[in-house]
Amino acid sequence: MAAQLKPGSGPLDYGSRLWLKTLFAAIFFMLYVPILTLVAFSFNTDKRGIVWRGFTLDNYVKAWNNASLQESLINSLMIAFISTIIATIIGAMVALLLWRFRFPFKPAYEGVMALPIVIPEICMGVALLLFFVNTGMMSTTVNLPWPLNLLNIIIAHVAFCFPFVTIVVRSRLVGFNRQLEEASKDLGASEWQTFWNVIVPFMKPGLIAGALLAFTLSLDDFVITFFTSGPETVTFPVKVYSLVRRGVSPEINAASTVLIVITVVATIIAMKLQAPEKSGKG
Amino acid sequence: MAEPIVSIRNVSKKFAGNIVAVDDISFDIEQNEFFALLGPSGCGKTTLLRMISGLETPTSGQIMIGGENMALTPPNKRPTNMVFQSYAVFPHMTVAENIAYGLKVTGVPADETKRRVAEGLEMVKLSHLASRKPDQMSGGQRQRVALARALVKRPKVLLLDEPLSALDAKLRDEMRLELTRLQENVGITFIIVTHDQDEALSMASRIAVMEKGAVQQIATPAELYERPANRFVADFIGKVNLIDARVLAKKGKTVTCETQGLGKIDIVTDQTCGDKVTIAVRPEKLKISKAAPKGAKLVAIEGTVRDVAYYGDTSHVVVLAKGGVELAVNVQNDSREGGSGVERGQKVWVHWAPQDTIILTE
Repeated sequence: MAAQLKPGSGPLDYGSRLWLKTLFAAIFFMLYVPILTLVAFSFNTDKRGIVWRGFTLDNYVKAWNNASLQESLINSLMIAFISTIIATIIGAMVALLLWRFRFPFKPAYEGVMALPIVIPEICMGVALLLFFVNTGMMSTTVNLPWPLNLLNIIIAHVAFCFPFVTIVVRSRLVGFNRQLEEASKDLGASEWQTFWNVIVPFMKPGLIAGALLAFTLSLDDFVITFFTSGPETVTFPVKVYSLVRRGVSPEINAASTVLIVITVVATIIAMKLQAPEKSGKG
Repeated sequence: MAEPIVSIRNVSKKFAGNIVAVDDISFDIEQNEFFALLGPSGCGKTTLLRMISGLETPTSGQIMIGGENMALTPPNKRPTNMVFQSYAVFPHMTVAENIAYGLKVTGVPADETKRRVAEGLEMVKLSHLASRKPDQMSGGQRQRVALARALVKRPKVLLLDEPLSALDAKLRDEMRLELTRLQENVGITFIIVTHDQDEALSMASRIAVMEKGAVQQIATPAELYERPANRFVADFIGKVNLIDARVLAKKGKTVTCETQGLGKIDIVTDQTCGDKVTIAVRPEKLKISKAAPKGAKLVAIEGTVRDVAYYGDTSHVVVLAKGGVELAVNVQNDSREGGSGVERGQKVWVHWAPQDTIILTE
């Protein structure tokens, strides 16, 4: 029977049907052509960046030499770095709390914890801005030396990044065999030794994946950063936005390409680590 | 006799919702015993083992290990180590690191740790796999890692929670032998939890049969099998024919019973019994013959063969006695020709020696 079916007409052969292939092609075109154009035009010699005139790496050099762009990138990386560390620690602790303990109103706590994921960014941005202004943190931090003047943004980024870490780490913990913990204690380890020698190594892929997720989220955040940054502190996405308003230049293409590469690499690593391990169980 | 190594005194364990897992158990385990806790699932045997290890706290009662009350001793300070049902080998550590773990966390010096790990690997014959990760090993090998990891700690008592249940049949037989040899070599008290009566009978020196959180009987394997204390034990250990009966007369060691379905039977026993009893006979104690047996002392019952199941070495024959009772008989197929020698529908006599009958009062 099966031998008589034409290729592509089998029950699960959707992939080889023409209309489906066309649809796939169209979707990929819509999704990735803008990005590819951006990358391609970062190598363009044309100043206005609209017509292709020839290959160059000058844009990267120019972008690198642009002091304000450089400063904003360093700000962004610094913010992403610090907020990732804090968000990973807080996120992992929340994940452990939710995994390990039973307490009153736990479902409510879980819901509230995940709120920053679902709340529109704009609301969160405004809320954080109002909070910082009303508590006087806005005016205080602005005058602090670098990197302390980034404090508001870091706090804001931690607030929306840590739930992602929690979700990733917690899904990892679900597969934990509690007998490993018992075995550790039975062999003479204290709670603390068990935590560091058994539970943390088990969480590690989740921690790394969560941290990379937080890093990329923080690095390319625009809306919340826009609201919570002072007039003096500029992050990379905010800087790009202000440059674009004055007109597109290949420099921005070059800088954006760098950001895309960082983000994509981090995401790939995160996804690799998050993939369920075949040997995850003891 | 020396002081018991483990002493359980009126131990009870209640879980949330007032579920009684272990109900007022008291017994002692002697030095160097291979002790088995045997019972159906949910009988509380694992809970009892976990209370000995300290992973579970008794609701009431005391557990003494080596003469010391363990009430306030956490699992990491107890002289016991456990082999878990899932082995619980640490997946991120190599075999050698797994075995060294218990020594490392308790601050045993590095060179001594190294020596003891090598000894441990030797003991379970895994020296060639020392740097493997557990995910590259078979279930049997992981089990050995778990064993070595516990034994290098040199515990006073080794606890084994269903250690063979996750292995396939052939490996299980091998491990059974290996465990008993290991126990003789290291001279440590082993306490094993199992639901498999064959496992308990073949390995243990003493067995506690548990049901519904209580100990039904503690005895050697042979005693459990031949002299079960009650109906549950008789039925749980091995196969048995159970017949309700009423005692009519006692004369010396001979008890005359009126059985349900089998008529009057004379039994020779040194047990005392009440009026209502259950009589029990193991299938291999029953014999089948085609004519009425000659020996006057034998208990003989006439019936029809209902089923014959051929097992190679034995055949399990079910005989429907005249009174409507089914009797299971195990026949040794001791010659190549003829098998059990009976076939379905055949009229036969079933007989046994009166002293092979067990009288159960409960």
